[in-house]
Amino acid sequence: MSIWASIVQRDLRIAWRRRSDALSSLFFFVIVVSLFPLGVAPEPSTLRLMASGVLWVAALLATLLSLGRLFAADHLDGTLEQMLLAAEPLWLVVTSKVFAHWLTSGLPLVLLSPLMGLQFGLEGDEIAVLSGALLLGTPVLSLIGSIGAALTVGLRAGSVLLALLVLPLYIPVLVFGAAASGAFASGLTVTPHFSILGALLLASMALAPLATALALRISLE
Amino acid sequence: MLAAQSLQCVRGGRHLFENLSFAVPGGTLLRITGANGAGKTSLLRILCGLLLPSGGEVLWRDAPIRQQREDYWRELRYIGHLAGVKDEFTAEENLVFAAALSGIDIKSAAAHAALDQLGMGKFAHLPVRMLSQGQRRRVALARLALPDSNAALWVLDEPLAALDTDATDCVLSLIDARLAAGAVVVMTSHQPFSVAAALHSISIPV
Repeated sequence: MSIWASIVQRDLRIAWRRRSDALSSLFFFVIVVSLFPLGVAPEPSTLRLMASGVLWVAALLATLLSLGRLFAADHLDGTLEQMLLAAEPLWLVVTSKVFAHWLTSGLPLVLLSPLMGLQFGLEGDEIAVLSGALLLGTPVLSLIGSIGAALTVGLRAGSVLLALLVLPLYIPVLVFGAAASGAFASGLTVTPHFSILGALLLASMALAPLATALALRISLE
Repeated sequence: MLAAQSLQCVRGGRHLFENLSFAVPGGTLLRITGANGAGKTSLLRILCGLLLPSGGEVLWRDAPIRQQREDYWRELRYIGHLAGVKDEFTAEENLVFAAALSGIDIKSAAAHAALDQLGMGKFAHLPVRMLSQGQRRRVALARLALPDSNAALWVLDEPLAALDTDATDCVLSLIDARLAAGAVVVMTSHQPFSVAAALHSISIPV
C-alpha cells in the first residue's frame, strides 16, 4: 500500500479512536451558528441576509480549532519526526494528512450546512449554493491552515499565533464564499464566485503542501 | 559508506562541536560518546538530515545527503529519544505504519514476529497507551527486527536505555546481525556493551 493511502487510513483511524476531538469542533460550529438567531432580531428577512456570512465565519473558526490536531500530537510522540524521514517526499505526506484532516473537519461542516441553512429559513436552491461554496472552500481552509499549523508546531503560545497567522489568509475564501450566496439572492449568476473558489482551491493544492513541508522541516530542527 | 566532513554545530549560540570528521565503512558500528549536553543527539540528528549542520557536510555513499533526501531516508532507520509510537494504536499497527513510512510493505504477521523477538508478542494487540515506558521502548525497537533489507544505516539514540538484560541482549544481537549484513550502525550509549563487528568510537569534547 502506498504511503499516501496508509497515512490517510492512519489519521482517519486516530480520528475515530479520539472522536470526541473531531466532534467538539463540529459542536462548536453548530452552537456558534445557532447563537446568532438568538442574539440578533429573529426576523426572517434579517436572518436570510446574514445566513451565509454567519456559516462561513463559524466554519473558519471551527477549522481553526481543529488545526491544532493536525501536527501537534504527532510532534509530541515523535511520529512526526519519523514522517520527516519517510521514503517519499514530505509534501506527499502533508497532502495525505491535510486530506484526512478535511475529511474529519471540513466535510462534516459541509454535510451539516443544509441543516444550519434551514435554521435561517433558506430555500432549497439557496442552501445548494451555500453548501456548494463550502464544499469548494473548506479544503482551502485546511490547506492554508496546515502552513500555520506547521509553523507553530511545538510552540507554547502556538494556538494564538496560529489564529493570527491563518485568519488573515482566510479572508479571500470568506469574501468569495459568502458573496456567492449574496449574488444568488440578488438574482446574479454565481459562476464567477465558484470559479474563483475553484481557482483558490487549485492554487492552494499546488502551493500549500510545499510550504507546509518546508515549515515542518524548519519547526522540527 | 558514511562520512562526515568538518561538521560544525551551533545550537542557541553555543558551539557544541566543530571540525568533526570521520569516515565509517560498511559493517562497522560507530559509537558516539560524550558528556550530557555535549551534542550527541544533535550529531545524530545532523546525520539523519533532520538538523542542518552550521558547517560541513554529511556524505552517504560519497554523495552529500542533502542531495539524496528520500533515497537516503529509504535506507535510514532512526530511533530517537521519542518512541515514535501512537498511543491510540496497538503495537502491531504502529509497526505496520512505521514500515510503510520507510517504504516497506509488511503483513501484520511479520510485525507480530518482530514484536515476539523483543518479548512483546503477548502485548501486540494492546493499545500502546496501556504499556509501560520500557515496553513502549521495546515497541519502538521492534522496528529493527522487521524484515527490512533496504536498511543500510541505523541511527539509534540511547537504544539500550530503560531496557532489561533480555531486551538489551536482543537489541545487541539485532545490531550484530545488521552489521554482519554490511550495514552501518551509529549509536550512543552510556552503558558498556560489546559487539562482534568492528567498533569505531568518537568522543565529543565538552
